[in-house]
Amino acid sequence: MAKVRGAVVVDTEVCKGCELCVESCPEGVLALHLEVNSRGYHYSYMKNPEACIGCANCGVVCPDTCITVYRVKL
Amino acid sequence: MMDIKEIVKPENLVYGKSELLIDTIMHYCPGCTHGVVHKLMAELIDEMGLQEKSVGVAPVGCAVFAYNYIDIDWQEAAHGRAPAIATGISRLNPEKFVFTYQGDGDLASIGAGEIIHACNRGENILVVFINNGIYGMTGGQMAPTTLEDMVTSTTPCGRDVDLNGYPLKMTELVAQLPGTSYVTRQSAQTAPAVRKCKRALKKGIRNVLDRKGTSFVEVVSTCNSGWKMSPAKANKWMEENMFPYYPLGDLKDGEKGNPVSNN
Amino acid sequence: MGELRLMKGNEVLAEAVIRCGCDGYFGYPITPQSEIMEKLMERQPWTETGMVVLQAESEVAAINMVYGAAGTGKKVMTSSSSPGVSLMAEGISYIAGAELPCLIVNVQRGGPGLGTIQPSQADYFQSVKGGGHGDYKMLVLAPSSVQEMNDFVDLAFELAFKYRNPAMILTDGAIGQMMEKVELSDYKKRWTEEEVVEKNGSWATTGKPASRQRNVITSLELDSDKMEQNNLRFQAKYRRMEAEEQRYEAIQCDDAEYIFVAYGTSARVCQKAMEIARDKGLKVGLLRPITLFPFPKNIVKELAPKVKGFLSVEMNAGQMVEDIKQAVYETQIYRKVEFFGRMGGIIPSPGEVVDALEQKLIGEEK
Repeated sequence: MAKVRGAVVVDTEVCKGCELCVESCPEGVLALHLEVNSRGYHYSYMKNPEACIGCANCGVVCPDTCITVYRVKL
Repeated sequence: MMDIKEIVKPENLVYGKSELLIDTIMHYCPGCTHGVVHKLMAELIDEMGLQEKSVGVAPVGCAVFAYNYIDIDWQEAAHGRAPAIATGISRLNPEKFVFTYQGDGDLASIGAGEIIHACNRGENILVVFINNGIYGMTGGQMAPTTLEDMVTSTTPCGRDVDLNGYPLKMTELVAQLPGTSYVTRQSAQTAPAVRKCKRALKKGIRNVLDRKGTSFVEVVSTCNSGWKMSPAKANKWMEENMFPYYPLGDLKDGEKGNPVSNN
Repeated sequence: MGELRLMKGNEVLAEAVIRCGCDGYFGYPITPQSEIMEKLMERQPWTETGMVVLQAESEVAAINMVYGAAGTGKKVMTSSSSPGVSLMAEGISYIAGAELPCLIVNVQRGGPGLGTIQPSQADYFQSVKGGGHGDYKMLVLAPSSVQEMNDFVDLAFELAFKYRNPAMILTDGAIGQMMEKVELSDYKKRWTEEEVVEKNGSWATTGKPASRQRNVITSLELDSDKMEQNNLRFQAKYRRMEAEEQRYEAIQCDDAEYIFVAYGTSARVCQKAMEIARDKGLKVGLLRPITLFPFPKNIVKELAPKVKGFLSVEMNAGQMVEDIKQAVYETQIYRKVEFFGRMGGIIPSPGEVVDALEQKLIGEEK
């Protein structure tokens, strides 16, 4: 059982759906949403929020800096 | 089960947007490496407390609007001339942190003369060199760094070295110049690579502050629009095709005055 | 009385640059102006005033170093000769588009192409009409003596900063190489960093403090409406220069029936030609434009009704003559405007100027 829990907040309007965060996530937390934002991009979201460990890989690789990452120790 | 709202609190923040990154949507294509490297520069200038000391020089190419994204003073250069402009700024303002941010068309083609001489004089600047082997802004034409057989809009049958010459390794070239103190080749396609790239850029900035001569950080990058691939596929293609020709790592880490690598 | 010396035009210019508190010079060797950088390097102003002098790898790099340094709000310059100034045309256009103040010195030689190293005035059009791409103007000053090579340096910087615009001293190999008595200017202190921020901090890249927005030096604007507004602002600035900065010297124009119009070296020739003509009983005056942009058209318009004609004397195929014709045209009265010139590095003789006057202006009257 993980000793940490994380959460990411995606600024969905800024997201361009490049999917690099999805690729970078070691826990398979993220996916592109079926919905699109106002500019027509499928934005990233937490599909499996419970799996997030707050490693911030998604934020680090995001070219549009639209991901904020939080983490708590349990 | 813990509620998301209990995690998303300011005290639990581990990664967020640097205050020096201006709140606007970047004009880059989805997945473009420019966004990542802009972010790293903004974070470093912020973390190192250099906003008031920094002057950036933006190129011609996709990063022409770099000045819209990082909240510092900027100068926009003519195509390829950024190192000369940075020279003028730095020579008259030696206490400033001056950097150029250039693509491969800008730096390796039209500005090959300016970069070689700035590096050879050991100008006290950081050069950030984005190499994606193609002209992005003008629509995917061949760059000096385009790989052999690589298809671009001006090499529709692939780059023919008999016609177009060979992919130009600028970083190897400038590593030979005694004016450079730190020359490295990085990438930014994975989280570890981005973190490593940030450390390299930080070292380059440190060197400028310590007046150690020219620091040169190449970032092997993708241009998924120009390459006509998805961002993820472009990253894979870069790893398989660009990295063998443009191997990652430090080429030089030492003192000004040494012509070759001493690492 | 300042310090009197016997010096070469190019060397005087270098001395004046140091004394006027210039912060930086970036240049590339080319005949006939290499003495400027040589003199600067010999004087080592960095030990005296802190001025930076750097030999660039090309004229292209030199003008871009000027762009960068000028963008930080400091007094900077370059110098070159005709082929080198052609190479700088790109940078000058960017400097004008980004509204940066700086000084560019062109010690002209004969062209086109590599041409000759002998003196010429064939870069008049390039200097006053633009030269690089886009609608822009430089302030252009034309010294006709070694003394003015001294005096115009400070004036050029003053105008450049007044209008945030590149200023050019347009001279030629004869004045650059000639030795004359000169009264050197007194030393002015370079601006301190605080003074630079105070004077130019509203636009220059002096480093962004929390107290202001970031400053961006650029000529780029993709929005056509905004770009047109930029152009309208530039044009308004150029019209203001035309209204406020026309400079000239009028010599014996009061009773003149014929006017030589000439600047720089050809004005010196015309001064002698005027004496010869006056000895022959011809009432000739000399109008010597000091600013080539703005062209002193008001005085041409003022003289036009009083005289029978103008002879433009230039060391080129006839360039300034077009500006004289334009000024006369604007008076809506007809006056003859003729041209005499030599090219390829030849300086016209006073005798042939008088011959041209008699043949082209007076002759046809008889």
